[in-house]
Amino acid sequence: MKNLARKALAVMMAAAMTVPMVACGGSTETATDTAAPAEEAAETTTEEAAAPAESTIPADAHILNIYAWNEEYKSRMEAHYPGYETLSATEGKIGDTYVKWNITPSDDNAYQNNLDETLLKQADAADNDKIDIFLVEADYALKYVDTDYTMSMADLGIDGDMADQYEYTKQIVTDSNGNLKGSSWQACSAGLIYNREAAKEVLGSDDPADVQAAVANWDKSAETAQKMAAAGYTMCSVNDTYRTYSNNVSGKWVQDDKIVLDPNMEKWIDDSKALVDAGAEDTDDLWGDDWAKGKTPEGKVFCYFGPAWFFNFCLDADKEGTIANQGGWGFCEGPQSYYWGGTWICAATGTDDADLVADIIKTMTTDKAVLKDIATQDQDCVNSKSVLAELAGSDEGNMALLGGQNPYAQLAAGAEGIDLSNLSSYDQGCNEELQGAMKNYFEGNQTKEEALDAFYKAVIEKYPNLSK
Amino acid sequence: MKKQSKVVQYNKWGYIFLLPFMIVYIVFQLIPLISTIYNSFFENYRVGLQQIGPNFIGIQNYVQLFSTPDIWQYLANTMIMWIMGFIPQILVSLLLGAWFTNPSLRLKGQQFFKTVIYLPNLIMASAFAMLFFTLFSNEGPINSMLVGAGFFAENYKWLSHTLSARSLVALMNFLMWFGNTTILLMSGMLGIDPSLYEAAEVDGASSTQIFYKITLPLLRPILIYVMITSLIGGLQMFDVPQILTNGTGDPARTTMTLIMYLNKHLYSKNFGLGGALSVFLFVVTAILSILVFRINNATEKKN
Repeated sequence: MKNLARKALAVMMAAAMTVPMVACGGSTETATDTAAPAEEAAETTTEEAAAPAESTIPADAHILNIYAWNEEYKSRMEAHYPGYETLSATEGKIGDTYVKWNITPSDDNAYQNNLDETLLKQADAADNDKIDIFLVEADYALKYVDTDYTMSMADLGIDGDMADQYEYTKQIVTDSNGNLKGSSWQACSAGLIYNREAAKEVLGSDDPADVQAAVANWDKSAETAQKMAAAGYTMCSVNDTYRTYSNNVSGKWVQDDKIVLDPNMEKWIDDSKALVDAGAEDTDDLWGDDWAKGKTPEGKVFCYFGPAWFFNFCLDADKEGTIANQGGWGFCEGPQSYYWGGTWICAATGTDDADLVADIIKTMTTDKAVLKDIATQDQDCVNSKSVLAELAGSDEGNMALLGGQNPYAQLAAGAEGIDLSNLSSYDQGCNEELQGAMKNYFEGNQTKEEALDAFYKAVIEKYPNLSK
Repeated sequence: MKKQSKVVQYNKWGYIFLLPFMIVYIVFQLIPLISTIYNSFFENYRVGLQQIGPNFIGIQNYVQLFSTPDIWQYLANTMIMWIMGFIPQILVSLLLGAWFTNPSLRLKGQQFFKTVIYLPNLIMASAFAMLFFTLFSNEGPINSMLVGAGFFAENYKWLSHTLSARSLVALMNFLMWFGNTTILLMSGMLGIDPSLYEAAEVDGASSTQIFYKITLPLLRPILIYVMITSLIGGLQMFDVPQILTNGTGDPARTTMTLIMYLNKHLYSKNFGLGGALSVFLFVVTAILSILVFRINNATEKKN
């Protein structure tokens, strides 16, 4: 008996050794590098996260695959696409077609890594594994749009429905041959979101027009920042103002495979350094806990720079004790007009559901009734000139977290003024690395020259084809 | 005749039992190692969705790698952070090991403490780093405690200063590994013949003398083993500083380790340059291991 138990144990241990070997065998084809296992591990975890064990999709179902990096678009679909049925956290149903959400966070580029690998295999994939819809952000839209992996709106037959959209939202997803290859439901013109309490205390008024006068250009804004510092407030983080500068550049980041530092980016570096040294701005990374402290009155932060999605996505309005919860924010245009973020819907070439994809894009980004619902229910600034005009002139556009202010007139004016002729497909890497490298300069760990060298080095690491 | 065939049969079983290890080793170690070396001679990366190469470029990747002093700085960072963690680790482990194995101390609750000191190693390094990141953030609990107690006038930016950032990495590595080292050293100490201790006591040696004259010399093989494994582990340091600094290796890349640098090249799937860096790391590890072995052998022969 004892012997039998021993033998059984030996067999089990042997099995335990061989099973992981077999299980891993299938995914080792990319192991060309010693670091590849880490990458594989990352891939498998995201796959596991995206496909829970209990699937509600029957084996013979027809599947529509949507790739995204967060829940935002999914919640919009669930709430606003007619006939959409929610089955589980990652699955839904439209008519007879099952919808599968493949959500991978953007951190460490995981979303794009996953998307790239899947897109490159798109041609050979089975119909139910093919990507049908994927989402992109403006920073890297050209990376996908300027290839054959995305379908043009003309091929989907919906390019004629987009007249009411803002021009800049189309510029971002237009490829080098002039084809429109994506569409967005958001117009992300942005401005300055300020703490009304602080404005009253330091500037004497919290009226948007008065605050705007105090931050009308970078010199005035710096003066205000000094006043804020004297009163114990921090203006904002250097990373908050970054995009306002980077949207108003005079040339592209990369010209003839050379990295070009625009004069306006240099102005950001110099202005920010002066304000950090004066204690008026801090160097907190966006989205971190330190950066988020200003969402409560105790954080003593005067403003954030952000577009409309910032209102309902980043200010924690449903949490007790936040400024947003008490309706304590105000909104004005800020020193320069700019946009930030936004999500574009692209149709993947090779999709087996072109008609459904076309209808989804058309409904979610051009249907005025749907767009108005999105604006009023989710506080999104939608990509429709007429809906925004309507909201600007009615009480429906008033926002509780802004103390009842209606920001749509400013948002609409901002969206008209955005010029995106200086976009390049390297923007994401350049923007991230410049902010990262300059942090060392602002905090006094490096000189400006050293930090700039570190910036060039980091960009070339990301894009080995570029040079200084 | 019969006898001989029996020997052959036993040999066969020996090979069969070795087989799982050999297969795992060849598939997961040897083949990747060779293909890494092979890949390091190619230009092979991706820009956006566009694949560049693979084109054979000889030793160009190595030339590029060594054309700047960066790689030496990252190697130095790695070694500095390893040493900063290893010294307290080995000292504390020796002390704890000596206490735990000393029968005359009659320590109570040994099992409990042995378990507790090993526990940090069971937490995932990334989770541990996230915890420290939160604890030591500018508005974090450590800062509020220190400011509240009057040690600092204002919040200290732990991760913006080279010394404090490196110290945090070293502290985490120390906390995670000293339990493991203690267990290893204890097993080595328990293997020492108790009659030696008894003889020393009879001769009137003090406990300090016993530790330095008996325990330490006889512990040498285990100490060397601990040192080599820790050194190789230290050279591959990645998860703790990666998570703690969000992959930047800041301030000014003074906490950037070699593997973090390798990870930077994965953004562009730069297998050529990444391969060259991996080969460099392999050579450094091999040299250091041989060096430690040699020193060990030389002193053993002298004795």
